[in-house]
Amino acid sequence: MLNNKDLLGIKELCLEEIMLILDTAAGFKDVIGRDIKKVPALRGKTAVNLFYEPSTRTRTSFELAAKRLSMDVINFSVNTSSVVKGEGLIDTAMTVQALGADFIIIRHTSSGAPHLLAKHLRASVINAGDGTNEHPTQALLDAFTIKEKKGRIKGLQIAIVGDIAHSRVAKSNIYCLTNLGAKVRLIGPPTLIQKEVKEMGVEVFHNMEEGLKGVDVLIMLRIQMERQGKGFFPSTDEYSRNWGLTPARLSLAQDNAIVMHPGPMNRGIEIVSEIADGPRSVILEQVTNGIAVRMAVMYLLSGVKR
Amino acid sequence: MNISIINGYIIDPSQSIEGPGDIYIIDGRIKEISLKKRGDKKPKKDLITSDPGIRVINAEGLIIVPGLFDMHVHLREPGFEYKETIQSGTLAAVKGGFAGVCCMPNTFPVNDNASVTEFIKRKASQEGHCMVFPIGAITKGQQGIELAEMGTMRDEGCIAFSDDGQPVMNSLIMRRALEYSKTFDVPIISHCEDSTLSEDGVMNEGLLSVKLGLRGIPAEAEQIMIFRDILLAELTGGRLHIAHVSTEGSVNLIRSMKKRGVNVTAETCPHYFSITEEAVMGYDTHAKVNPPLRTDRDIKAIKEGLRDGTIDVIATDHAPHHRDEKLREFDTAPFGISGLETALGLSLKLVDEGVLTISQLVEKMAANPARIMQTEMGSIKLNTEASLVLIDKNKSCKIEADKFVSKGKNTPFDGWTLKGMPVMTICRGNIYE
Amino acid sequence: MSKELMTKEDIDRALTRMAHEIIERNKGIGKLCLVGIQRGGVSLARRLASKIKMIERDDIPVGSLDIALYRDDLAIRKEQPVVRRTEVSFEITNLIIILVDDVLFTGRSIRAAMDALMDLGRPAAIHLAVLIDRGHRELPIKADYVGKNIPTALSETVEVQLAEEGLEDRVILNKSGGRERNAE
Repeated sequence: MLNNKDLLGIKELCLEEIMLILDTAAGFKDVIGRDIKKVPALRGKTAVNLFYEPSTRTRTSFELAAKRLSMDVINFSVNTSSVVKGEGLIDTAMTVQALGADFIIIRHTSSGAPHLLAKHLRASVINAGDGTNEHPTQALLDAFTIKEKKGRIKGLQIAIVGDIAHSRVAKSNIYCLTNLGAKVRLIGPPTLIQKEVKEMGVEVFHNMEEGLKGVDVLIMLRIQMERQGKGFFPSTDEYSRNWGLTPARLSLAQDNAIVMHPGPMNRGIEIVSEIADGPRSVILEQVTNGIAVRMAVMYLLSGVKR
Repeated sequence: MNISIINGYIIDPSQSIEGPGDIYIIDGRIKEISLKKRGDKKPKKDLITSDPGIRVINAEGLIIVPGLFDMHVHLREPGFEYKETIQSGTLAAVKGGFAGVCCMPNTFPVNDNASVTEFIKRKASQEGHCMVFPIGAITKGQQGIELAEMGTMRDEGCIAFSDDGQPVMNSLIMRRALEYSKTFDVPIISHCEDSTLSEDGVMNEGLLSVKLGLRGIPAEAEQIMIFRDILLAELTGGRLHIAHVSTEGSVNLIRSMKKRGVNVTAETCPHYFSITEEAVMGYDTHAKVNPPLRTDRDIKAIKEGLRDGTIDVIATDHAPHHRDEKLREFDTAPFGISGLETALGLSLKLVDEGVLTISQLVEKMAANPARIMQTEMGSIKLNTEASLVLIDKNKSCKIEADKFVSKGKNTPFDGWTLKGMPVMTICRGNIYE
Repeated sequence: MSKELMTKEDIDRALTRMAHEIIERNKGIGKLCLVGIQRGGVSLARRLASKIKMIERDDIPVGSLDIALYRDDLAIRKEQPVVRRTEVSFEITNLIIILVDDVLFTGRSIRAAMDALMDLGRPAAIHLAVLIDRGHRELPIKADYVGKNIPTALSETVEVQLAEEGLEDRVILNKSGGRERNAE
């Protein structure tokens, strides 16, 4: 059983809870693999997507996961003007709860926003990405995918490449994979990797060729173009020349290494199409697994007694 | 108001008084301070019999000190009365043992001209429970571009100038301010923060800020400005006072510059020697303050700085906010801790830990700040208006924020049990219990 | 306080008899398949399948079915049921499914299992094989093949222990105050 009514981050989960979610997700993958991709388990419950940042993929994934559990789903797209109008986060969330939400799935630009809601709501709060803090379901689906493909996580060499400093996906993955016993390496320019991360039990490489030697899993992160303007790297061209994933670099990893990406991809910048569409890429399976993992999370959270 | 306080233990470092004794107040002024030899419990007969209506306060087991003086407080009036008013803020002050406060100019409108100063003085004299001394802005609107009219504000009642809330980023303006202030011989209080480095930071920069995904304010942002300001003070000969010191590097800088003979004083606040950045965990906005809470090493250095005199003053930087404002995402919540009602209790811990003696603590919280601001307060002088606090060092008190007298209930110390609290404050002709 | 209802040999003989009954009533195994209900019925389904194979010299498809997500008591249970694997790797439409479970009690698990099966396809028919029928039905459900009928009191529990779980094969009856049965 999970210990808390909310999923705020991997930091807040113990190892047993992570394993429970992954095991349960396996059962749900069976469900979404068949013709009738629906079970009545959470029939009559309501999930609300409260997305303060635009996102189609994650939001759709949660929406599908909820519907496959027979829940009703509402999408509350908050555009910035209502924020400017002054309705605070708590007010909005209380309104949503009063509408009958059992689950509130929130994506927000401020780290800690889901934690604020969780304190004040009876509903289960699921963090779909808060500022540069965490994106726990992404890490869980990444771990699920790795376990499925490699049979285990413990002892694997896993490289996360890209804009670590601004990536909540990277942070959640670091917590999750180190917790599960993998050896995690971060690869990227020094301006995009904070010096403090070394204390999080990972190795840091600025040279991609060195960092990829013997790696079992590559997780490529999206490079945001806006960072270019602020002095984090001089040009996307220079970025991709040094840290873009090419077949030559991939060959330095293990022969059966898998390539992952949380999406959306910048083809030609952090990853070339040949690899993204190639046999080692498991990017599309990540998407499928995302639904199974999110179903598992919602199912398990519904069982937590208030 | 006629009072005789008997059998207390009097500590007034400004007059080097320390010992058991009685204090007699007639018509609201200190008539006599009578120190006793140990064990002698008899009060002076003639003063008691001369006025049978005199109130006798038995201060046995209590310490009597000058009313404390908080040189860094935000009273929020005019403009932000929903956060605090002069009335509620000064009531909180006397509850905390303070008989005098200096209020910062970041009100609305900003106190950058004589009419706002006049408003504050008038309100304070009508509604203030303790003495209120306004601090005027250094620059117009606190924009950091043009100097405000220090002279006219001084005449109206400002006793110091500060742009607190922001730094004066432009070094030339800061230089001019320090030079110009010499005319009026008033301190310039500097909020030291290089805002290009602190940018939109919300907590101390370090491993914890990375883990929590919150933008960090590096310690260097404070240290760089402290260094600059002290050098400018040296260059100009102006009086510089450094507000809310929070880091080890800052203490070291001030210590070495003081050795060079620069006329600089410094203050810290109780939260900087009581809690670390860990209080932010869980995204608790009550721990969001500027400068931010730092680390154990910094706490150690601050305590050492208090002990060896590098830091002259303990002030609260009392920053009340409305409950709704702190009930927001960490990024958007305002900075500040409502500190008047917890300051003494937290500071007495320093005495328990052997960092300061009580007398030294009183220096930091009364004598020194009053002296730096060039007021008559911080002292139990004969024939002056009575301004005292009775402290029970052994009384345990649980901090309950929603019972605060201040409108600001924003404190990270809610639920803490502190030993030692003020039990009576006498000031402006009133007794507060 | 517990009492042994069936020994290892009793169980084996009952399963053998049930295998023969299944083959006899369906006139062969042509359109049959076995689906065990997690957890208690899965090993039993496999055992039945191997017995049938010994008799008919032919394989019969076996699958496992998790019913956690179809239960009618999700909101009221103290502990949330564990979600297990559903492995039915064959097309069930037009087949006769023999659902297999260890103990038939209120019949609610079987109702959930039938709903789960309907989401997998459209079977030609569903039969029910249970090792123990302990009575106290709350829904109109009946077993087609029964290992043993045991009248019980509501406060008692029936436990089927199998070698596949690392225990000795046996069936125990726990009197009132006994361990609460993990209703599956």
